[in-house]
Amino acid sequence: MGKTISEKIIGKHAGKEVKAGDIVVVDVDVVMAQDGTGPLAVDQIKNMGFKKVKNPDKSIFFIDHAAPSPRKELSNSHMVLRNFANKSGAKISDVGEGVCHQRLIEDYSCPGDIVIGADSHTCTSGALGAFATGMGSTDIAVGFAMAKTWLMVPETIKINLGGKLPKVVFAKDIIISLIGKITSDGATYKALEFGGPLLANLTMDDRFTISNMAVEAGAKTGIFPTDNITKDYLASQNRSDCFKEISTEEDADYKDIINMDCGKLEPMISAPHTVDNTIKISELEKVELNQVFIGTCTNGRLSDLKIAAEILKGKKVAKGVRLIVVPASKKIYTEAIKEGIITDLVESGAAVMAPGCGPCVGVHEGALGDGEVCLSTQNRNFKGRMGNPDSFIYLASPATAAWSAIKGYISDPREVL
Amino acid sequence: MEMSKKLAGKSFKFGDDISTDLIAPGRYFHLRSNLPELAKHVLEDADPEFAKKVKPGDFVVGGRNFGLGSSREHAPTIIKLAGVGAVLAKSFARIFYRNCINVGLPALKCDTDKIDEGDILEIDLKGGEIFNKDKNIKIKFNPLPEVMIKILSDGGLTGHIKKNEGFNL
Repeated sequence: MGKTISEKIIGKHAGKEVKAGDIVVVDVDVVMAQDGTGPLAVDQIKNMGFKKVKNPDKSIFFIDHAAPSPRKELSNSHMVLRNFANKSGAKISDVGEGVCHQRLIEDYSCPGDIVIGADSHTCTSGALGAFATGMGSTDIAVGFAMAKTWLMVPETIKINLGGKLPKVVFAKDIIISLIGKITSDGATYKALEFGGPLLANLTMDDRFTISNMAVEAGAKTGIFPTDNITKDYLASQNRSDCFKEISTEEDADYKDIINMDCGKLEPMISAPHTVDNTIKISELEKVELNQVFIGTCTNGRLSDLKIAAEILKGKKVAKGVRLIVVPASKKIYTEAIKEGIITDLVESGAAVMAPGCGPCVGVHEGALGDGEVCLSTQNRNFKGRMGNPDSFIYLASPATAAWSAIKGYISDPREVL
Repeated sequence: MEMSKKLAGKSFKFGDDISTDLIAPGRYFHLRSNLPELAKHVLEDADPEFAKKVKPGDFVVGGRNFGLGSSREHAPTIIKLAGVGAVLAKSFARIFYRNCINVGLPALKCDTDKIDEGDILEIDLKGGEIFNKDKNIKIKFNPLPEVMIKILSDGGLTGHIKKNEGFNL
């Protein structure tokens, strides 16, 4: 029986052949925490008696969830991370540099790596052919201190993406549709492995969006094989040297295989209060909006801002609607400025914030009022997610978000593109 | 933690898909550096009165996919700090489950349809059995994986690492 991508990568890091269900201790390549989970990880590193991180070049603390800090308690937590990084040798990615998952794919994660992070969306790096998964602060503390963790080798669900993607259907629509199909716990403890003929037409930005949301189906990781598209992306980040061929074996032992005809998809929405509460936009009743948010580790990349600007250029955001835009990293922000994208967005009425998580976590920069409704490009719409349990969050692609901001209610981007 | 210990307390019943946002809301992000204070808001968005009602030894009883969402270990930590003896659910989200073990909070997979709000439960962790006193029925729970029993027995992951000077799973 052949091996899945996850079995191959984990086996290599465990120093032995492994199969789904095995429990193994593995070496890890990249370890990270963010400002919400990092301070607790620092406490636990100290509790275990460690002063240094094992692998300084690939141990990173990201200040992104509450950046810049909205209050003194969080400023103090940021100080904890900066001080510890300074003493332990770990790297710090500070205010304005961007969301941890975006920074990882730009500068740290490589094909074939095991990447662990104290943030559930660490699975984003799976798009680069890494086994990337989220854990809690204590697991990550051990990862920082020893560059090791323990794992159960997951079973794999193969997702074959096929069909010709319609012009106004995006990666976000693919993954929302898939989560609707397999539900919020349909892949718990399992890896999602993406394949199929459509991969040749999916950009790295598309793949990052898809891998990012694997955890919304409960998955441990959402992994892609590597190809020339991966190679070109790494070259664009001046990291050609870390490219590796990552592929599955023909007769790999999959728990399940799902064939998805993406040619039949249309723009999708996740309605409150779970991601798997999905509906085709054409079947949605009129939903009036108070806020639209374009950004995050799911959809704050250059191509996302570009499509939003294409729709918003020369138009105005509807009266009574607030449009918030947060580029996922400084690199993206800089490029978007150079290309005139930011000017188009600001002129249309967008409030553009510093790279980071923005209002997605409910900490700052756009908490919702009582009864308010937000359409967001983020990955989660749980009750209370954006700072208020008495508000409503819908999820969609950047194109749907931009067009809806102009209309004032959730609208089908096929009307404009 | 002592695996042979018997747990006893009252059930607080919650539904399916109890997310970490409901357990440890993002609007209290600034309290993550003050866990006793954060614990006063535990499960607030699922039941605003829970933190006031819960007594040491009581149980949180959920449905399907308990703890989905964020990796925030603060979620099981504040459930434990509130005095909760164990979390029972039909199924758990992966990271939450792992975090429970790491912080020494038993997370038990069982048929929670047999438990109602307010039922008095007795739990034998080692024996793999829950006794619902109000209904006079026994409910089996899936035994914890061996690796997790080792970690729990050592007092959580940091205890395990300290005791063994590394992993010994």
